[in-house]
Amino acid sequence: MKKSLLRFLTCGSVDDGKSTLIGNLLFNSKKLCQDQIATLERDSKKHGTQGDKVDYALLMDGLASEREQGITIDVAYRFFETPERKFIVADTPGHEQYTRNMVTGASTADLAIILVDASKGLLTQSRRHAFLVSLLQIPHVVLAVNKMDLVNYSEDVYNKIVEDFKEFSTKLNLQDITFIPVSARDSDNVTEKSSKTPWYKGEALLPFLEKVYVKSDKNFVDFRYPVQTVIRPNSNFRGFAGRIASGTIRPGEEVIALPSEKSSRVKDIHLYDRTLPEAFAGQSVCITLEDEIDISRGDMLVRKNNLPKMSNEIDVTLCWMNEKPLDLSSPKRLIVKHTSREINAFVEKIDYTIDVNTLHRNQTNILHLNDIARVKITTAQKLYFDNYKTNRNTGSIILIDPITNETVAAGMIKSESRETHSDEIKSTNINFEDFQLTREDYEKRNGHLGAVIWLTGLSGSGKSTIAKAILAKLNADGKHVNCLDGDNVRHGLCSDLGFTADDRSENIRRIGELSKLFVENGNITICSFISPYQKDRDFVRSILPEGKFFETYIDCDIETCKQRDPKGLYKKAIAGEINGFTGIDSPYEAPTNPDIRLKSDTYPVADLVESVIVKLKDQGII
Amino acid sequence: MPYSMSQLDQLEAEAIHIIREAVAQAENPVMLYSVGKDSAVMVRLAQKAFAPGPVPFPLLHIDSQWKFKEMIQFRDKFCEENGLKLLVHYNKEGKAAGVGPFTHGSRKHTDIMKTQALVQSLEQGGYDMIFGGARRDEEKSRAKERIYSFRDKFNQWDPKNQRPEVWSLYNGKINPNESVRVFPISNWTEMDVWRYIERESIPIVPLYFAKKRPYVEIDGNLIMVDDDRMPLEGREVKEDYIRFRTLGCYPLTGGVLSTVTTMAEMIEEMINSDISERNSRVIDFDGEASMEQKKREGYF
Repeated sequence: MKKSLLRFLTCGSVDDGKSTLIGNLLFNSKKLCQDQIATLERDSKKHGTQGDKVDYALLMDGLASEREQGITIDVAYRFFETPERKFIVADTPGHEQYTRNMVTGASTADLAIILVDASKGLLTQSRRHAFLVSLLQIPHVVLAVNKMDLVNYSEDVYNKIVEDFKEFSTKLNLQDITFIPVSARDSDNVTEKSSKTPWYKGEALLPFLEKVYVKSDKNFVDFRYPVQTVIRPNSNFRGFAGRIASGTIRPGEEVIALPSEKSSRVKDIHLYDRTLPEAFAGQSVCITLEDEIDISRGDMLVRKNNLPKMSNEIDVTLCWMNEKPLDLSSPKRLIVKHTSREINAFVEKIDYTIDVNTLHRNQTNILHLNDIARVKITTAQKLYFDNYKTNRNTGSIILIDPITNETVAAGMIKSESRETHSDEIKSTNINFEDFQLTREDYEKRNGHLGAVIWLTGLSGSGKSTIAKAILAKLNADGKHVNCLDGDNVRHGLCSDLGFTADDRSENIRRIGELSKLFVENGNITICSFISPYQKDRDFVRSILPEGKFFETYIDCDIETCKQRDPKGLYKKAIAGEINGFTGIDSPYEAPTNPDIRLKSDTYPVADLVESVIVKLKDQGII
Repeated sequence: MPYSMSQLDQLEAEAIHIIREAVAQAENPVMLYSVGKDSAVMVRLAQKAFAPGPVPFPLLHIDSQWKFKEMIQFRDKFCEENGLKLLVHYNKEGKAAGVGPFTHGSRKHTDIMKTQALVQSLEQGGYDMIFGGARRDEEKSRAKERIYSFRDKFNQWDPKNQRPEVWSLYNGKINPNESVRVFPISNWTEMDVWRYIERESIPIVPLYFAKKRPYVEIDGNLIMVDDDRMPLEGREVKEDYIRFRTLGCYPLTGGVLSTVTTMAEMIEEMINSDISERNSRVIDFDGEASMEQKKREGYF
């Protein structure tokens, strides 16, 4: 079996028991060796604070200078593995330098564990951590309510903290939160479920970490290939080496090089002594092209119909990491490092800083260590980038001080700067269309018609998976395609809506109107929503032109959905932790006569995608 | 499952990316080559990073003059067969003074013949980017080290003055005479290294496999009698099937009793082992925080 890798970070205040928790995971995943255990037992007797018990925290003891002076030095990386997974833990100290440390640890994490001391409740510090986790868009969050032993394993205390956190997190953009009551000291719900919390229906921490699904958090849609170096051993071979930042690529596919905008086709994809039939996000490969076009380090290969944003003015959320402040009253040249490029730049303007305790915005001209700010940066040449939310690799930068060579800041790109939007987006590959154009004009240009592929089905039926696969396929074929799903609309367009029947109808109405606008621009829009009520789906059909709406029923046996339970929602619904859950205590009206029926419990995804493609071809859409 | 990478694939892709970034940012890179298992993996990763071209930097071996004979034989053959440029450096002054672990003790020997030899050779070579095979799981001070570890002109590491390292954006900027040590396999564990060697069929020094070898027992360590510089002082030379989990200077590296002769058997033995890798490294037990101290002085 291929073992997978999960990178996570732990955050918490100084005495929340973070070291004890990590020490416990290391100890109980049985990766400690005899000699290390002997040292731990000896140290526990000598320095420990747990009486006769092993003090797991001592496993985490750091450098001599840390122990001597009580100084915590930045992030440490720990490892442990179980038969299922290897784990890389970024262990960030809870000291006052929290922001810099957390950003460092969080930048590569798939998951964050936020520790809360049950006896103290939700503190300012916990809110700070949650804010930073949200800012860095870490896909999964575990709120570990620790020291349950100090509150007699009280369900009420736990529920109060969970409620407080839920209420606070509505202001944030956290996508997937799991709550677990633990006692790191006494090993309750750490590696195994504890008998002391019979009221807790979820899993222990370690089994959860072993199962949490992280693959889908990568962007496999937008092909971005920053070139690291050109490999030219002889005149017969000229390859471009790099790590695929996002998307997928196959030999024969057309690509264009930025900034030259010259196009060619992929000849071969090399990985050492092999050539690959396809390569995808995360792989380090070497690509050869059919034509001799000028490409060097720092350039980027992308697809013609899926360009990144291009601008030399960008809006960035910046974390200032240097002791020496940035003072805009005397502008200072900095270097932006973005993918494999380095470009001279200035911080043009500080829009505001964010108080991480209150989330209030403040006006200032100076950034101090650990400040988080929205800034405008001007670069000497155009950057080609994506929003950090959609692409961590092409949406992140660091700033380097060219005099001291220090890394002074980390930044997440929000967008091209609004004030320069219309000037800067101009590129020979993007046609500026004025709004007199009709849908037919767009469709003519695109070479296919606009349509809505509406995926409906129970939670866990496979809608998102199928939606992504259709999206990738149509995109790879050069179609103008986009995708709407529950998570992305509920964080923005529909963030004011809940899950009552009325709110659900309104949610679907808005999505319907939005997809109509997309169709008017000639796009194929994949909508992936449970959309339980027939009347709502019929409404969307009614506002679209004839033959443009494909009701696609993801037909999957509910028992299979429950077994899959990718987000653990069925488990929670059955346990009564969430109400109004479709299929459990809220009805689902299956389509009686769908345009397409996909039996996702029977056929593999590739076959289902093929059925959709065949249908679109039959109907003359593509 | 489509588009999923195993742990080894991810670690490999990350390491290749790091190696390419470092070379692109450097003027005079070099890779430290200790002939051990981590070095074996590092060389393969470098080959992968630049294939089908050659590895664009030399390998540097710091020869303490007390390495196992089999290591030196393997080194020369391996580098020649793989078309790798090999540089060997030793501390001439130390050798002339007859410095060795038996006469001067492990601490002094390591300082003069390893740390000082390393610093000398890096200064003489004027290298600005030095690849090392250190892993964060080896030792607690390594857990705190960045992938790009900045060194001042005295080759010193200051744990309190490390550059923030976020995403995969590495800052390799330096002033003259400063350098960066780059650790592409920081996130690998000992098991990852062995599994990768097995998967890729990478050749390794035969000392990792069990063979009947002569040894004496010193302070509980099984020290192989590799040449006649070993003072026996009445100790009994035993012979048995032993192998090594880590390779250094032969008098400072303890062997283990074992019958392992294949990679598959070795991995099996490792999985069931409950002794850590560096337990047989005598120099790690020279005093509290000894690795950190050595690193501050310029050791890797």
